[in-house]
Amino acid sequence: MNENADPADVFRQESAELLEQLEQALLDLEQRPGDHDLIDTAFRALHTIKGSGAMFGFEQVAAFTHEFESAFDRVRKGEAAPDPELIAVALNAKDFIRAQIERPEETDAVIGVCILADLRKLFADAEARAPIETPESAAEPPGKPAAKTTTWRLGFRFNKDVLVNGSNPLLLLDELRGLGDCRVTVHCDRVPPLGQMEPDACYLEWDVVLTMAHPRSAIDDVFMFVADDMELKVEAVDEASAIMAPEAATPIAQAAVAAPESAAANPPTGAAPAPAHAEHAGALAETSAKHVETSTIRVPAERLDEMMDRVGELVIAQARLTQLASKEGAGGAKGVAEEIERLTSALRDAMMGIRMVPIGSLFGRFRRLVHDLSRDLGKEIDLTTAGEETELDKTMIERLADPLVHIIRNAADHGLEDAEARRAAGKPPAGHINLVARHAGAEVLISVSEDGRGLDARRIRAKAEENGLIAAGAALADAELHQLIFLPGFSTAKEVSALSGRGVGLDVVKRTIEGMRGSIDVATRPGQGTEITLRLPLTLAIIEGLLVRVADARYAIPLTAVEECVELSEADATRSKGRSFLNIRGELVPFLRLRELFDEPGEPDAHQKVVIVAVADTRVGLVVDQIIGSHQTVIKSLSKLHADVPSFSGATILGDGAVALILDVPHLIALGQARETRMQSSTAEFA
Amino acid sequence: MKTILAVDDSASVRHMVKITLSAAGYQVIEAGDGREGLTQAKANAVAMIVTDLNMPNMNGLEFIREVRKLPPYRGVPIVFLTTESDDGMKQQAKAAGATGWITKPFRQEQLLAAAKKFLG
Repeated sequence: MNENADPADVFRQESAELLEQLEQALLDLEQRPGDHDLIDTAFRALHTIKGSGAMFGFEQVAAFTHEFESAFDRVRKGEAAPDPELIAVALNAKDFIRAQIERPEETDAVIGVCILADLRKLFADAEARAPIETPESAAEPPGKPAAKTTTWRLGFRFNKDVLVNGSNPLLLLDELRGLGDCRVTVHCDRVPPLGQMEPDACYLEWDVVLTMAHPRSAIDDVFMFVADDMELKVEAVDEASAIMAPEAATPIAQAAVAAPESAAANPPTGAAPAPAHAEHAGALAETSAKHVETSTIRVPAERLDEMMDRVGELVIAQARLTQLASKEGAGGAKGVAEEIERLTSALRDAMMGIRMVPIGSLFGRFRRLVHDLSRDLGKEIDLTTAGEETELDKTMIERLADPLVHIIRNAADHGLEDAEARRAAGKPPAGHINLVARHAGAEVLISVSEDGRGLDARRIRAKAEENGLIAAGAALADAELHQLIFLPGFSTAKEVSALSGRGVGLDVVKRTIEGMRGSIDVATRPGQGTEITLRLPLTLAIIEGLLVRVADARYAIPLTAVEECVELSEADATRSKGRSFLNIRGELVPFLRLRELFDEPGEPDAHQKVVIVAVADTRVGLVVDQIIGSHQTVIKSLSKLHADVPSFSGATILGDGAVALILDVPHLIALGQARETRMQSSTAEFA
Repeated sequence: MKTILAVDDSASVRHMVKITLSAAGYQVIEAGDGREGLTQAKANAVAMIVTDLNMPNMNGLEFIREVRKLPPYRGVPIVFLTTESDDGMKQQAKAAGATGWITKPFRQEQLLAAAKKFLG
């Protein structure tokens, strides 16, 4: 590091890194609240920022951070839980600290006061509440054991005109839920028949059983503005009787209150609306979640990988055993071999199951991303997700993070219009990004769609011509033009400047996806939006392959890519000497003779077969000598020496110990396509 | 973004309300007295009103009585921000349709807490 560097700059740089770590830890903590390493990371980051902040003259930063450090110290000591509310507040705090460090003059201290107020509210108990009055006396009571909780039963009804006067009981209920574990029962006895009902009068009564660590005064605080307009009964009860009592009717009553709640709750703009609802639903889940937690073991990922390797070897060995047993015909050995085959396949499935992680863990991170993008771009953006429970191999989920981030950034930056343009187009001002994962056969489809302006084929063409990616005036269908956005060198100036700080283009996204044996599709409708769909295999470790023979060697073709197998008729074989096309139900499909491609000497078999493979909508035929059958294939990556060999994506070991190469279908399709184009252009020249 | 109308004859109080609430993401529009406040309330979709009690032209009580007569303002929270802490006056304000009461000098957190309580 430069000796003469401004110490403040050093601190800025260091804290930027620490804050990044902090954010990651917080986001991960949301997924794995019990992870002590994460809590430690968060605590250390805060601790260091506080310490160095004070040293380099960022006193305000230090003072602010101090409170969060104390909070995480308590989490670290097990005195508080890293629940979503705390994480949400801490994320805001992280942003605020960052702003304070980087743009102190533009940062409004009031925001900090609000964040600290939120934090204290979370941690408030009898002693900790007092300091709210004076922000300076920030110290948390050190080493205090987890506050004792008390259960209260509340019964209340409001005057009929409470709604007219501007109070919203739903918000008050939310506030109660924010205090602790809360079960709400609503009584509708006073609701008159429809004919006599005044639409803006409040007829409902509530019973609430609230378990909280706060003092009784917290309840009074909730109702402080309506205390005169309501009847409120509060009594302390012991937990057991609270649960036993009239709560038999709770589920129905809860459903009754839930419905108007979702309908009437004001559109949650910013602030902190979600936790209360989550808590509402979480009351039951929480108890069961505790049990689940204790029966979970955390295992380092490498061990899983190692085990997967072993299982892979076992599958191979088992295949050999099966083959030997069938040869010798010894009845006993055959039975055992079959038994082992069954067990092995069960073991393999179980092993793959262990590696499967719901993709929701990945989706969770994008909420933050979209939230930030929305702020940075000044566009209102809603993110909806579906299919969070869809499971995918753990390593794939990690590798998917960057590509998806990029696609979402693109969607927000280029896809969605600003509010004005949207209004002009008759759309709601808030843009919408939808993130969906679902299973489709042995594939997982992940789509990112937005309701923005759609891809502009003309602009893409102009850009591609300008960058020399296509010849001026080349005849390309819109779908082909859309594919151009995935080419290296296709990026707009805007992209480089503002958002894509990583300098990753869509070409890198495409390469990453294809490296995972996946593919990427674009569907777009002008003015209505664009959908980018990633198709991925379920796992990287094992694939179902179609085993074929070309000359003396055997090859595996990933079964997901295989559409059908047809015979190469002699007529086709000879007629198509010049043009390698096959007529499949009226559609011309180019084909590649693998014998020629692999330079196999000798004459081909008399009856050659064509395996039609497809990626997205592009089909190519692969001519082989024999189709052997389907084969569970454990993928072995090629050595570094061979990694650059095109046409193959890996290798597998067959039952008899021989090695079969796995064909790289996307590459072969590209090759077939290239030949087709060449053929077309050469015929055009002759014509 | 939710709009909050701040009605007060003191520009510095209005400013204080404005910086406090706009930092929390609300849009704040201002009015110097009740009459002006009424005009603003009619011209804008206001989600919450923070008003002083003693003001020239039209005082706070008259103001909220008038506002409550406007159909869109049935149910809109109205908070008094005033040095007055007399209980009788509070009762009058309640009767006129006030939702909450904050006594000056106020702390920023109080105002924010009220905004949060009424607007969520």
